[in-house]
Amino acid sequence: MTMYRNLSIRQKQIVWAWGFLAIPVLFYVVIRFYPTGTAFLISFQDWNLLGSRTWVGIENYQKLWHDAVFWKVFRNTFAYLLIGTPISLILSFIIAYHLDRVRFAHGFLRMLYFLPFMTSAVAMAWVWRWFYQDVPIGLFNNILAGFGIPQINFLGSITNALPSVLAPAVWAGLGFQVIIFMAGLRSIPVSYYEAAKIDGVGWWTVLTQITLPLLRPTIVFIVVFSSIGFLRIFDHVFNMTTNNPGGPLNSTKPLVLMIYDTAFNSFDMGYASAQTVVLFLILLVVSLLQLWILRSDR
Amino acid sequence: MSAVDMPASQRPTTEAALAKPPRRPANMGQIIRWLLLFLGGIAMVMPIVYMISTSLKWPHEVYNINLIPEEPTIENYTYVLEDGRFYWWFVNSIIIATVTTISNVLFDSLVGYTLCKFKFPGRQIVFIAILSTLMIPTEMLVIPWYLMSQSLGWLDSYWGIMFPGLMTAFGTFLMKQFFESVPDDFIEAARIDGLNELQIWWTVAMPLVKPALAALAIFVFLGNWTAFLWPLIVTNSVEMYTVPVGLSGFGDEADVAWELIMTGAAISTIPTLIVFLVFQRFIIRGVVMAGLKG
Repeated sequence: MTMYRNLSIRQKQIVWAWGFLAIPVLFYVVIRFYPTGTAFLISFQDWNLLGSRTWVGIENYQKLWHDAVFWKVFRNTFAYLLIGTPISLILSFIIAYHLDRVRFAHGFLRMLYFLPFMTSAVAMAWVWRWFYQDVPIGLFNNILAGFGIPQINFLGSITNALPSVLAPAVWAGLGFQVIIFMAGLRSIPVSYYEAAKIDGVGWWTVLTQITLPLLRPTIVFIVVFSSIGFLRIFDHVFNMTTNNPGGPLNSTKPLVLMIYDTAFNSFDMGYASAQTVVLFLILLVVSLLQLWILRSDR
Repeated sequence: MSAVDMPASQRPTTEAALAKPPRRPANMGQIIRWLLLFLGGIAMVMPIVYMISTSLKWPHEVYNINLIPEEPTIENYTYVLEDGRFYWWFVNSIIIATVTTISNVLFDSLVGYTLCKFKFPGRQIVFIAILSTLMIPTEMLVIPWYLMSQSLGWLDSYWGIMFPGLMTAFGTFLMKQFFESVPDDFIEAARIDGLNELQIWWTVAMPLVKPALAALAIFVFLGNWTAFLWPLIVTNSVEMYTVPVGLSGFGDEADVAWELIMTGAAISTIPTLIVFLVFQRFIIRGVVMAGLKG
């Protein structure tokens, strides 16, 4: 204690700061950095959890390059991204744009759109899975049957299954994006709109020349945020196709599901780790690319 | 309310973003806009409404598409809860989400506060190091976490489920941003009054960022309540499952009726819906704050 008393104010600050940070720094080193290193390390090893770990160099990555399932999974993962992100971006913008112009029952309408964001992906995957069943079980096909429209095979078809699995993921994320967009719309100074009004500019010009350019930071945030979400899709796929995860015929299988299967069903830890490294690189490249494209002024 | 301190010309305050839009003349276009938004909103909540409605139906009525059960029954809930498993899973999820939330609120804000208000060698390195973990996806860490849990005997335990989420870089970053709005003079004044640094953090700084703490608490709780991948990996006995893991296995059992699956889904969703309805403004404010700050 006497030692502490003799310290200067600045030195005391240093002691306190590192005292506060001791446990968290330990946590980040042991639970974040060390495992990250381990993941890279194991990706260069062959290890089935029981036997010994042997160093195999880039063999896992070579195997991945020649794995037909991986390329299928790779295309699926990007299909989730390339379909999901634009649809949710456009839908959430349209909803936010109009919601921002409605005063009557504003809070109630906002609540309706936001509510799905509060649900659990697993629970809702099961609800949607039920919706997708054939007659007489599934809601959608029952409604189609009511109108005399032919049945749709949602989850059993290799072409329909991926969009069907994607739909609840888009649905659940929409409310969050609407709220973010509305905050972005509010950030545009009213004076811009007033000036446009005085000049007699049409709404389309206002939208494309004022609103959208000024919303750029919001759009960047939403695109990056939702892209990362779609690239990491797992809960919905796993729960809507449990009898054959990723099926039919791997047509819905995303990278995270492949990682899960390789690691925890086949116990091929080296190969699974190589897949996680690839996921890491995809996320990194996609985020940086989007930031670069959407931030650069052209 | 919000002590957010940023140039008004560039970014809105949370309150401005949450305020009702200005009144508009109620012409035909406006009425159609409202109606379409209303119908869209109803469509958005339909899956939730159908889930709850089906959970209140008798088996013979399940495949009717009517929304309101002819004879509502809580039989499905009695059946599912008497089975016992959902009860355990619910308790497990509550414990895990609560402990994780408390840990994040304490540690993320302590770290955020330290990085924001203290000058010390290594500050920048610690900040960048923590921030950089945002780029590492959880999916990359689950294999090492599993191996670590296996060798330390953490598999299939509360600690095993919780340990990866006890602190988050997102929460730390969010709190650091909010502590920027706490004036240094307040802290300096408390120091002159003889409070030690721990007391200053807890009694002076923390009360000033309550809205941010509430937002963080809600995000962390919701995230852990719905977490699936890691609990699926780390648990293997039925008693240790969380609600999502349990529900996933329950739905997959050979001959489970859809109304029972819907009941399970409702049990896992209703708590978060109640939290939302009670704290609605708070949660939406939290999303806006996180969106503007994060």
